[in-house]
Amino acid sequence: MSGSLDQEQLAKQLLELQKAEPGTVPLEEVSAVVAGIMDAARKELASSDNEVVAKMIGLADYIEQAKQEIAALRPDEVKDRHLPAASDELDEIVAETEACSFQDITGQRVAKVVKALKDIEEKVDSLITAFGDEIAEYKSRNASDGAEETPTDENEITDDMLLQGPQLSDEAMSQDDIDKLLNSA
Amino acid sequence: MAFDITRPILLVDDYVTMLRILRNIFVQLKFTNIHEATDGVTALQELRAGDYSLIMSDWNMEPMTGLELLREVRADEKLKHIPFIMVTAESKTENVIVAKKAGVSNYIVKPFNANTLKSKLVSVIGEF
Repeated sequence: MSGSLDQEQLAKQLLELQKAEPGTVPLEEVSAVVAGIMDAARKELASSDNEVVAKMIGLADYIEQAKQEIAALRPDEVKDRHLPAASDELDEIVAETEACSFQDITGQRVAKVVKALKDIEEKVDSLITAFGDEIAEYKSRNASDGAEETPTDENEITDDMLLQGPQLSDEAMSQDDIDKLLNSA
Repeated sequence: MAFDITRPILLVDDYVTMLRILRNIFVQLKFTNIHEATDGVTALQELRAGDYSLIMSDWNMEPMTGLELLREVRADEKLKHIPFIMVTAESKTENVIVAKKAGVSNYIVKPFNANTLKSKLVSVIGEF
């Protein structure tokens, strides 16, 4: 508020100076007006600087928070595990569907989904490159995450872990293998 | 003594198409008393209410899985003697081991054909 009052006073003083007869204005008065202008200018600059700085700090905080959230989403895991798994599953569906001769429509639709997944994979890959350090830091801070997914003891296997849906052909046991396993002691 | 194919059997699968496929095979094999359930809880109620001679169940079902159904059956004095065949797409080693420990009589991996089903039936209930 005082800044605006100062400006009004300065404007008034400048008007008076313009109206004054040449050579009748004391040097002190001119000096006071100039000092007032400089002071007002300095205050104006300082307040706009503060505003910019505050906005930049806010923006930096927002970016940092977004980076943490992205790191927490574990895009590396999405890329390394979920996307390839989904892609493999879809490949299997395509193979099975083709075997059933329904590939004309369904196969083409699934192929579109596969392509979309691969595009997402590429973008996630770029994201991992961009946020590599944050992801590594997040992983090291949360090293215990996901430990329960890799049981070391048979007793730790839960029913949920056993239900993974149809096995991919390279992971599945054949009926003969299953028979041997069942007949073993 | 040969298995009596007029005795009731229970097919359990949440996928109705699969139930139809199984039923058709059993009909081809001359079974005449075929019952169906689309989830483990209903299957258990059916089993406790009836006098079944064979259970053929899928594994991956909600809310009770085929494995849970198997455990319930084996823990029930009245039902524990009933042959239980798991028919499933879950074919990892750990699945087979867990099912075996739970007392499964045989384990058929999907997709299967009528011949595989018949040979497993014979190994569980004998010639019919």
